[in-house]
Amino acid sequence: MCGIIGVIDRNRQLMDGGKIRDSLAMMDERGSGEGAGYVAYGIYPDYKDYYALHVFFDNIRENKAPLDNLLEKWGTIVHDEQIKTYEQPNIRKVHTPWRYFFRPDRSLMPKSTTPDEDIVTHLVMKVNAEKNGALIFSSGKNLGVFKAAGWPEDVANFYRIEDYKGYLWLAHNRYPTNTSGWWGGAHPFNLLNWSVVHNGEITSYGTNRKYIESYGYKCTMYTDTEVVAYLVDLLVRKHGLSEEMAVRALAPPFWAEIDRMPPKKQELNRAIRLTYGPALMNGPFAICVANENSLVGFTDRIKLRPLVSGESGDRLFISSEESAIRRIDPDVENITMPKAGEPVIGRLYS
Amino acid sequence: MSIGSTPLKFRVTIDPDRCMNCGRCIENCSYGVYRREADSIRINSRSCVACHRCLAFCPRDAIEIEEKPGDYRSHPVWTREIREAVFNQAKTGKIISGGMGNALPYPIIFDRLVLDACQVTNPSIDPLREPMELRTYIGKKPSSLSIRERPGMDTELLTKLSSNLQIETPIMIGHMSYGAISLPAQQAMARAVHRIGTFMGTGEGGLHQSLYPYQKNMIVQVASGRFGVDIDYLERGAAIEIKIGQGAKPGIGGHLPGEKVCADVACTRMIPEGSDAISPAPHHDIYSIEDLKQLVHGLKEATEWKKPVFVKIAAVHNSAAIAAGIARSGADAVVIDGFRGGTGSAPVVFRDHVGIPIEAAIASVDAKLRQQGIRHKVSIIASGGIRQSADVAKIICLGADAVYIGTSALVAMGCRVCGTCNRGVCAWGIATQKPELTKRLDPEANAVQVENLIHGWTLELAELMGAAGINSIESLRGNRDRLRGYMLDEGLLNVLDVKTVGA
Ligand code: SF4
Ligand code: SF4
Repeated sequence: MCGIIGVIDRNRQLMDGGKIRDSLAMMDERGSGEGAGYVAYGIYPDYKDYYALHVFFDNIRENKAPLDNLLEKWGTIVHDEQIKTYEQPNIRKVHTPWRYFFRPDRSLMPKSTTPDEDIVTHLVMKVNAEKNGALIFSSGKNLGVFKAAGWPEDVANFYRIEDYKGYLWLAHNRYPTNTSGWWGGAHPFNLLNWSVVHNGEITSYGTNRKYIESYGYKCTMYTDTEVVAYLVDLLVRKHGLSEEMAVRALAPPFWAEIDRMPPKKQELNRAIRLTYGPALMNGPFAICVANENSLVGFTDRIKLRPLVSGESGDRLFISSEESAIRRIDPDVENITMPKAGEPVIGRLYS
Repeated sequence: MSIGSTPLKFRVTIDPDRCMNCGRCIENCSYGVYRREADSIRINSRSCVACHRCLAFCPRDAIEIEEKPGDYRSHPVWTREIREAVFNQAKTGKIISGGMGNALPYPIIFDRLVLDACQVTNPSIDPLREPMELRTYIGKKPSSLSIRERPGMDTELLTKLSSNLQIETPIMIGHMSYGAISLPAQQAMARAVHRIGTFMGTGEGGLHQSLYPYQKNMIVQVASGRFGVDIDYLERGAAIEIKIGQGAKPGIGGHLPGEKVCADVACTRMIPEGSDAISPAPHHDIYSIEDLKQLVHGLKEATEWKKPVFVKIAAVHNSAAIAAGIARSGADAVVIDGFRGGTGSAPVVFRDHVGIPIEAAIASVDAKLRQQGIRHKVSIIASGGIRQSADVAKIICLGADAVYIGTSALVAMGCRVCGTCNRGVCAWGIATQKPELTKRLDPEANAVQVENLIHGWTLELAELMGAAGINSIESLRGNRDRLRGYMLDEGLLNVLDVKTVGA
């Protein structure tokens, strides 16, 4: 099951996390109290030029020093601190969440055209694959993921999510089947500025994973959602596709439809399917993907999971349930149900 | 002292109470088992190869064929086959040849792999109600696309794609030449692939005129003997395959004996009538991978870069590295032919002892190409030992794009896998050039049978995909998560990159 919600204010007006929490809690029926999470964009204006790394440490004394050393080897830690948490009766604090603001030393990646991003990606993959009591679960600029095992409201209160103000939010309420109770398994998943929340199961995971791993990504989270973040990163950041084209690659039209398209369009769509066949995602899913400029929602090719969108002024909402959207804004307009495979896209005005 | 006779392989008996003395068994048997003496039918069981032609056409079910009616003293090391091979060679001093594929009882990996299905957490998809896509494109793909999008204008594709073969099901028919098999057999298969929207190989025997109407569905072959190859031939095919090796006899060439080279075969192959057609072991212009690259380019140049070029190799220990070399040669697809692949005739020592199974070969080729980031440069076609739709699904999960079938297409036309194709008197009219035998095939009726087979497999494949919650074949390809190994050892599980059942 799982419940998801995404909202973007296209005019960059900030929203605090309180309403998001209430909205997610509307969908408690879709979860099981074993995982929930939030990501907010625009929350670290004072450090907006640095990569904000959120880390779960198993044990500060043992696991922090090695990570500090590794980060110092690849760049500069501008600032770091414990992420404030507030004890909740229903949450067992098995990790200590920490935040770093990090500036990579781009001279260490001389051959790359995107050295900063490549260094951060490399570090995230390395640390998470090594499993030495540290897990980097958020690595973008001016954004942060907050997640844990628990009900949405408990996780929100654990971090006091209402203290964070962002212009773009994603949130997720989990009904786990694969990795229950593991904090790392809760959504959102994040890499650099990409964050993903996902309801469903990706039956093509094995294919997608092999594809993404041949580009140097490492799947370390034991769950299918992370491949979505990596696929979007590959298609949009590395291959330079637009969000529309990337969604078209991930959930393409059926051949029967392509065969009926006018020649040029047909050629384009055929090329997308031929080239990105291994990136095609199968199985039931509804997904919201965000980066610093946009929010994209889409479903699998036969829409086996619900997704609705709505608008109110500058705000675009995407969610599993209309009720969750109405909880944030009762006057929401243009409630629509996007067709299978068709993306809903919200972009900042500037 | 003579070795004398060996025990019978088969004993043929006719139940006199059932027999109506119609003589159909005599007419049908091309191995000379039956003859009429006065009013009764006499049987020479020693000639029987169990091709079952008589059984199939006896109107009274009067014939019984018993395998190994008498046997040697059993022995685990000195098996019957080993002892008979020794007798045979002691008598003849020759290399022993045999038809069809590997006849040793190696464990079959396919039968120790199981597929997955969805339950509760994700729904299975019903192919009767939802679209299910098996369409496959064989050929080189770009690693990424460059697309120009400008507001108010059409989205433009800037990347130029190389030509690919479009198939509506990932099942093609492999190369069986005119010469190795009969013309009506080729004609039947050609009709079938034409109707289904898939392809078949011509083998190294040229393309007979009567197949020109189906040439858009034919893959022409350039092998070490270059039989039947000229520019007209290359241009007729939808794709060109360079045959380096064959799973049934890796490392050696081919030999079509002169008695099979009738006027028509001679003409299609462009060789003198009655002459032995001997394909050398290597291509004498390919002594290294760079030479292969030149041939690939030469063939592409000759056909104006319009046709995909495939390279076929036998599955051997080092297939993965060889395939990586082929992927860099400019070829569009690599065909890997496993050690169970059939053949008209091969030395038994090669057929049974050289090469590796297709499952392991495909898994390692796919892994190697991915590791080197060149998987998109070639399609992988698996051949040799694909017996049923489940094998197709499993080999695609292990990384193949499509399969070639061979033996199963022949079986669909009546072949009983008797393994005596090398004798050239196939009673089913398949592996023979004798007109009185080849006329037993009806290209139309047999086409329907082959078409039915591929259609049936395709339906089953769609059902298997639907059960796995997958509606497009791309998502099955290389999806080893959807396979589990049952009683496979750890080493093999690692090679296949598959978990054990229960994990
Ligand atoms: S075909 Fe059958 S019925 Fe006819 S002669 Fe032979 S055994 Fe008898
Ligand atoms: S093709 Fe003919 S000779 Fe060869 S195995 Fe089949 S039935 Fe026997």
